[in-house]
Amino acid sequence: MWINVGRIIKSGFVSFWRNWFVSLASLLMMTVTLSVIGALIFLSATLATTLDFIRSKVDVSAYFVSSAAESDIMALKSSLESLPEVLSVEYISRDEALKRFRERHANDQLTLQALDELGDNPLEASLSIKAKDPSQYENIAKFLGGSDALGRGGTTLLDKVNYAQNKTAIDKLSKIIEAARTFGYALTGILVVASLLITFITIRLAIYISKEEIAVMRLVGASNAYIQGPFIFIGFIYGLIAALVTMGFLYGLTVWLGPVTARFFTGTDILEYYLNNFGELFLILLSSGMLLGVAASFWAVKRYLKEV
Amino acid sequence: MIYFDKVSKIYNGGSVALESITFTAEPGEFVSIVGQSGSGKTTLVKLLLAEERPTEGAVFFESSNVHTLSKRGLNMLRRRIGTVFQDFRLLPQKTAYENIAFAMEAAGRPDDEIASDVPHVLELVDLGDKMWNFPNQLSGGEKQRVAIARAIVNQPDVVIADEPTGNLDPVNTYEIVQILKKINDLGTMVILTTHNKGVIDALKKRVITLERGKMVRDDKQGKYLL
Repeated sequence: MWINVGRIIKSGFVSFWRNWFVSLASLLMMTVTLSVIGALIFLSATLATTLDFIRSKVDVSAYFVSSAAESDIMALKSSLESLPEVLSVEYISRDEALKRFRERHANDQLTLQALDELGDNPLEASLSIKAKDPSQYENIAKFLGGSDALGRGGTTLLDKVNYAQNKTAIDKLSKIIEAARTFGYALTGILVVASLLITFITIRLAIYISKEEIAVMRLVGASNAYIQGPFIFIGFIYGLIAALVTMGFLYGLTVWLGPVTARFFTGTDILEYYLNNFGELFLILLSSGMLLGVAASFWAVKRYLKEV
Repeated sequence: MIYFDKVSKIYNGGSVALESITFTAEPGEFVSIVGQSGSGKTTLVKLLLAEERPTEGAVFFESSNVHTLSKRGLNMLRRRIGTVFQDFRLLPQKTAYENIAFAMEAAGRPDDEIASDVPHVLELVDLGDKMWNFPNQLSGGEKQRVAIARAIVNQPDVVIADEPTGNLDPVNTYEIVQILKKINDLGTMVILTTHNKGVIDALKKRVITLERGKMVRDDKQGKYLL
């Protein structure tokens, strides 16, 4: 048994080396396939984080009239928190709002001077509400507009709810990203299928060259497993080498494109993504490469092993 | 023992390759099968190696029907039959040594046996000095001798030589036939198909003559008569 395994591995290496040109062609094709798969992973990661980032920017802010008592606001906060749709509620007091305003306009002396002229704090206290899912903002906005949000004595606490203002822009952006994602997936999907097929055919052709060899092996009474072994081992080696080459290639690509993507897709640096997910990425490419190589070899050889 | 029992082979489309062939070949015998191209010689060999199935009848190797053997059984059978073909069928990517070692490896023989038997068998066919040559560095006669060495290295019970001299000049033909005769003298059954009159007449062994798929003659010490 172990004698045979050793012989299969050795013979795999020898024919990999002696048919170097065919090996190179198969390797190249498989590297292309794995690169496309890698690109697909990057694309989906980039678009997903961008989408998440934009969604995280969406919130509903409720501004309170300056006469609203802090206890009433806190009561509204806790009733909002009890809603199942709500992820978090942040309370920004009038003082806090003023502090943030000053920070934001630290370089804008004119605005700060104007603020100082006023003497009093013109800003309103607010609640910034984030929903678990963007589609739920509608309900939260309705809730704020309803009677539950009214303070004691039926006087309204709320000055305005800014939901409607950002809504259109956010919806549009989400749609564009969703469309880009669908399009990207479809395109890479087609590329993956095409390169899978080409790899399959390349390996099949590589084994077609060996069809005489397989016939001779059968003639001298080699078992099917013994005949298939070296080819499957070569398929395995193709997968391994192609995965390594692809990882190197993707590294170069991400180093080159990293800064560009960081600017373009708000905050997603694909180089960082590559480094953080190195293990997972390598495992995906390695397993798909090996699976592809082994499966393609297996089917191609099987064709020549059919008994009469 | 090889036994063909009323074997017929009709290919798709109705062309009759063999018709009701019956004969027995005993261990240690040298049987030549002669006939013109298309007389069914190669089909007969393919049936014996279970590369083709008979349309009617059965082919036995010892007591087992070769066409009802399991895959494993068939591999075992093929290891007991050495084969030599007109087109040599050597693996072009392997050296002479490796071509022969390969047949031993496939049979699961241990490395030390391979290391000692391969040079020995190459000496036997007078190719000791060309051990590490690839097939394209060998002449036709040398290739055929490597093929014979491969056929006998596992000490088979039968050596089947299908037109082994078809591509060779008279000198090489003579040498190949001498090697086959030597193998037979050592006790191995040899089945030789040929259409070379000179070879048959010099052998003075049993001759089975085929004509358009039918067995027309079976002479104990035959000549090539057509």
